[in-house]
Amino acid sequence: MELALSPDQRVLLEAFEQFFRRESAPMVVRRAEPLGFDAELWAALATMEVWGSDASLSDLCVIGEMAGRSVAPVPFAEHAVASRVLGWSSLFSGESIAGFSPRPANEHGVWSVVPAGAVADVIVGMDRDEFVALVSPPPMAGPRNHASAPLADRSARLGELSILGTRRDFDRACAEWKVLTAAMLVGLAAAALEMGVEYVQQRQQFGVPIGAFQAVQHALADLPGRIDGARLLTHQAAAALDAGGGGICDVANNDITDAHALASMAFVFSADIAADSTARSLHFHGGYGFAEEYDIQLYYRRARGWALVLGDPTTEYLALADRLWPDDAPARRAAGS
Amino acid sequence: MDFTLAPAVLAYRERVRSIIAAHHTPQTEHHQHTSGTFNNPALNRALAADGLIERAVPGLGAGDPIELWVLFNEMEKAGAPLDALAMAVMIAGVVQHVGTDAQKAAVIPAVTSGGALICLGYSEPDAGSDLSALTTRAERDGSEWVINGAKMWTTMAHEARWVILLARTDASLPRHQGLTMFLIPMDTPGVRVDPVHTMATERTNATFYDDVRVGDDCVLGEVNGGWRVMGVALSFERGVMGGTNPGVPLLRHTAAWAQESGRITEPAVREKLARVAIDNHVAALLTQRSAWIAASGGLPGLEGSMTKLFASESYQKASRWFQEMAGAEGLLQLLQPGAAAHGWIEYDARHSPVTTIYGGTSEINRNNIAERHLGLPRMRR
Repeated sequence: MELALSPDQRVLLEAFEQFFRRESAPMVVRRAEPLGFDAELWAALATMEVWGSDASLSDLCVIGEMAGRSVAPVPFAEHAVASRVLGWSSLFSGESIAGFSPRPANEHGVWSVVPAGAVADVIVGMDRDEFVALVSPPPMAGPRNHASAPLADRSARLGELSILGTRRDFDRACAEWKVLTAAMLVGLAAAALEMGVEYVQQRQQFGVPIGAFQAVQHALADLPGRIDGARLLTHQAAAALDAGGGGICDVANNDITDAHALASMAFVFSADIAADSTARSLHFHGGYGFAEEYDIQLYYRRARGWALVLGDPTTEYLALADRLWPDDAPARRAAGS
Repeated sequence: MDFTLAPAVLAYRERVRSIIAAHHTPQTEHHQHTSGTFNNPALNRALAADGLIERAVPGLGAGDPIELWVLFNEMEKAGAPLDALAMAVMIAGVVQHVGTDAQKAAVIPAVTSGGALICLGYSEPDAGSDLSALTTRAERDGSEWVINGAKMWTTMAHEARWVILLARTDASLPRHQGLTMFLIPMDTPGVRVDPVHTMATERTNATFYDDVRVGDDCVLGEVNGGWRVMGVALSFERGVMGGTNPGVPLLRHTAAWAQESGRITEPAVREKLARVAIDNHVAALLTQRSAWIAASGGLPGLEGSMTKLFASESYQKASRWFQEMAGAEGLLQLLQPGAAAHGWIEYDARHSPVTTIYGGTSEINRNNIAERHLGLPRMRR
């Protein structure tokens, strides 16, 4: 048992904390709106040699958390997952951008509202029974959205198609995407809490900092334990995937080591705490939190946007339930009857 | 990060599990819920006979703190009563740390053999979260101490061999400094135990101390050093001795009910089961972190606050969800025909309220986190 980051990971953490602080300052995040992609930041990130390195998923979680802290306007999770699947040198160099559709294409062969869909040169995802990659020119524009994220609809059929595998291969990639997105949401949640704590120490009302009020303190004090829990869960899921998957779902003994279940749990738990952390922090900013001029609104919108591209979280809870209680899963019942 | 347990710890866990399975039975559970005494002496003795308690004693046992955590987590997950044993084991650790040779010789073998219990005389009728306001006093009379006062929530006092009693020995000193810890046999003349019955069946007690005369041999630690002794006890507890996974038996019982009743097919039911499974898992990870910090030489005080807050609040939420889900049958109690989950759902709905109160209320934990982790002002309004 070792619940600290490895020495190498601590080096990574420090390097990327500094990198994103420097290269993805709030000014850069704002500059990238509404598209939600900053080419300069992307080019700078490529020089950090993240893509195509021998970094484990656990290592990528360390970097992803730092990207999340700065709500970096780059498709970190999508490009990381797709690069690992495709292994193309153009992706490793950052010359090409990859997107990932966590939802399958519809019956018309269209991936809807794809993360990085507005800017990616290649999208990977499910179409019918196949896990595919499709190269086509990115629109470099998309519908204006809550998170100012580079979302767009993309065809799964019109363009240069490669077949990557089956549903099973997609499930593995999707689990990786959930874990990396969870890591980014953990970073986002932690940064939002710090912003809230800093603000309530400065803001004076009734002659004292509002952070002296117990009502304010208590609503913030609920958050750090949940954020730490989300980080531990995310790293546990990453470690399970790094170990090649597998594991068990022994709910009766509270012993869940199944990599896919852990990835799913990490995703919804991190999304939940990111939504709460940003909502409370924004609230304690008072009216200023609602003003575009303050940064907390950037975090509030991305906390929701980064998670909801997977769909209604209820669906994910139900998918998790099917893993935890497989004998009672609807598909299993339908097959048996 | 590596979340896996070492082979020796897994072996320990397996031994604990098999002993619990053999000695925590429907009969012992029934006895617990009819007598109100939440302790299973046969289970404690069986664990002791296998040397599993001695291994876990905080600050003393070869398996502390990882096996200490595993022991109480396994008991909690199985739904076995653990608080009585936990108190005794924790105090054994404190005695080992600050006690005299005579105290060690009396207490430690008695606890590690699984027989003796020790109750906690901390809270008073008018001193709960603000413990340093306590008024029980111990006054010098020659070579003796004369103790007068009352303690509340002295759970297991009616079965315990000793009480550790925090009393004021010097009213002229600042509130935290004039306190002394005593280790007093419960059969000392002047000690009286009155039952306090609770909503969750478990019996606790009020204890009264009326001119109780003891010698210096009953002082635990230094005179006027009682607050420090309490700190030692807290530092040994570390949030790993149960109380952070009460949702596990609740989920097990509820999932079994959902399967038996056919309600398991309903998406609304499946969603809530999944959400509680996640909370239980996170509570376990946070507890594992505390054990790991302690094993690495740290003192997980703040982490313990965060864990207790999250675990107890989540458990309360879950017990309400599940009782609502079970509807009218969720009102029926243990052994009543037709009771949802054989009455466990109703039991947890009665039990969960106390978990955000005892062992540090949610408000005290939030204060602690706000001040010491977030760095917010200590002066509150």
